[in-house]
Amino acid sequence: MSSERQREAKGGVPVEVRGLRKSFGGVPVLKGISLNVEPGEVFVVMGPSGSGKSVLLKHIIGLETPDEGEILVAGEPIECEEVAEKYRLAMVFQSGALLSSLTVGENVGLYLTEHRSKPPEEIARIVREKLELVGLENVEGKFPNELSGGMKKRVAIARALVIEPQLLLYDEPTSELDPLSAITITEEIVNLNERTHATSIVVTHDRDLAFDVADRIAIITDGEIRLIGTPAEVKGSRDPLIQRFIHADFKPERT
Amino acid sequence: MFQSIGEALLLFWRTLAALPHVWRQRSKVAEQLIEIGTASLLMACILSMFIGGVIALQSGPVLRERGLAGALGGLVGLSMCRELGPVMMAVLIAGRIGSAMAAEIGSMAVYQEIDALRTMNINPIRYLVLPRMVAISIALPALVVFSILVGWLGGAVVSALNDQIAVPFDTFFNNLRDMVKFRDVVNGLVKSFVFALFIGMVSCHQGLSTIGGPRGIGRSVTKAVVNSIVLILILDYFITRFFLVFE
Repeated sequence: MSSERQREAKGGVPVEVRGLRKSFGGVPVLKGISLNVEPGEVFVVMGPSGSGKSVLLKHIIGLETPDEGEILVAGEPIECEEVAEKYRLAMVFQSGALLSSLTVGENVGLYLTEHRSKPPEEIARIVREKLELVGLENVEGKFPNELSGGMKKRVAIARALVIEPQLLLYDEPTSELDPLSAITITEEIVNLNERTHATSIVVTHDRDLAFDVADRIAIITDGEIRLIGTPAEVKGSRDPLIQRFIHADFKPERT
Repeated sequence: MFQSIGEALLLFWRTLAALPHVWRQRSKVAEQLIEIGTASLLMACILSMFIGGVIALQSGPVLRERGLAGALGGLVGLSMCRELGPVMMAVLIAGRIGSAMAAEIGSMAVYQEIDALRTMNINPIRYLVLPRMVAISIALPALVVFSILVGWLGGAVVSALNDQIAVPFDTFFNNLRDMVKFRDVVNGLVKSFVFALFIGMVSCHQGLSTIGGPRGIGRSVTKAVVNSIVLILILDYFITRFFLVFE
């Protein structure tokens, strides 16, 4: 990526999804999703499991091709190769998706190593710095299978940070984490957004995370958008399905 | 099946298009070469020694009965460099390296590591397929040269030590030198190069198209090895036929 282009594209980028439809094996998963995400905004996509949230996220970063509709990043279609060259995009996968054959340090520095954007000593320094930023020290030489689930997620966030992204996508960042680790990750998402002003799209069904970090929330059910609004608007919605989803609780019947 | 062939050819084409970037991936090519070497050199040595030996053992007594024992060197020499060296080494590499390629890339596909590369704007073909294809295309012909030499040696040892054959070393190698032409060795090397491209292409394609967890990885590995071996044997016939046109 040329430094000229990097300079051109500082700060968060807007994302527009228009009439997105996708089916797998004839089963519709996304049924005409349209939404706009403003530059620098933290936009949370919430919904029950199987509602199509993660598929939507994969479309936004260009890992899936829509059957119908389009995704525009800063006004340009995501499938256009120029977009990946021009804007820095990153995704934190649910599983972390760290390369298991590389050490933590190599994983975090992978983007810089492969794009030859910095000398090795500088890469090592940046890797250390980003790992410290997510609360990890002296783990560069470890392999991903030596880390806990929460640590893997934090390494994945550090790997995304190295890219200095303008659009950062999180897929279920707090799933499989204990409450304390979930809070750390939530704080990270907020801090990062304040520091980098990257546009962040967070897919989750963790209500605490959603209401803590979101500027706006989209609720998806069964492949369709049910509501888009601020956290207050979502909480105040009278839609019974949304109310059931955000207030779902286990109430044991005691005798 | 046709879709799979089409996808594999497309992958091959994209890998060719990525060739100008091979210098940047040189450390990965070297890593792969070392991996191929350590995984197959000893096995290649044992296999070739015994193949050379068994050809001598099977044909030596028959040739001696007909007073043709002196031609044994040529027979072992030609068999090793035209057929057995390239084909056996290709089968060995398909089993040991093709399977490893399909398993490693397949596991990366299943556990979203390849998606992660794409999101970092790292082309998986340049990063994963290109170094493997280049390494296997260098390693297999080199391994075939090694196999031919060891096979000749195995044949010569058996010919000299077996009482029913009793062809001395110098007779064996003099006849081999007379019969085996440089073009026979080139024939074997061209074959092995083509086999290498196909093993790499089939294995990487199977790896990249893996879906469905550990069972999917197992399926990809099996397909990579079986399809590679079938292709090796079919291609062997056609390449041999092609070379016969020039004789």
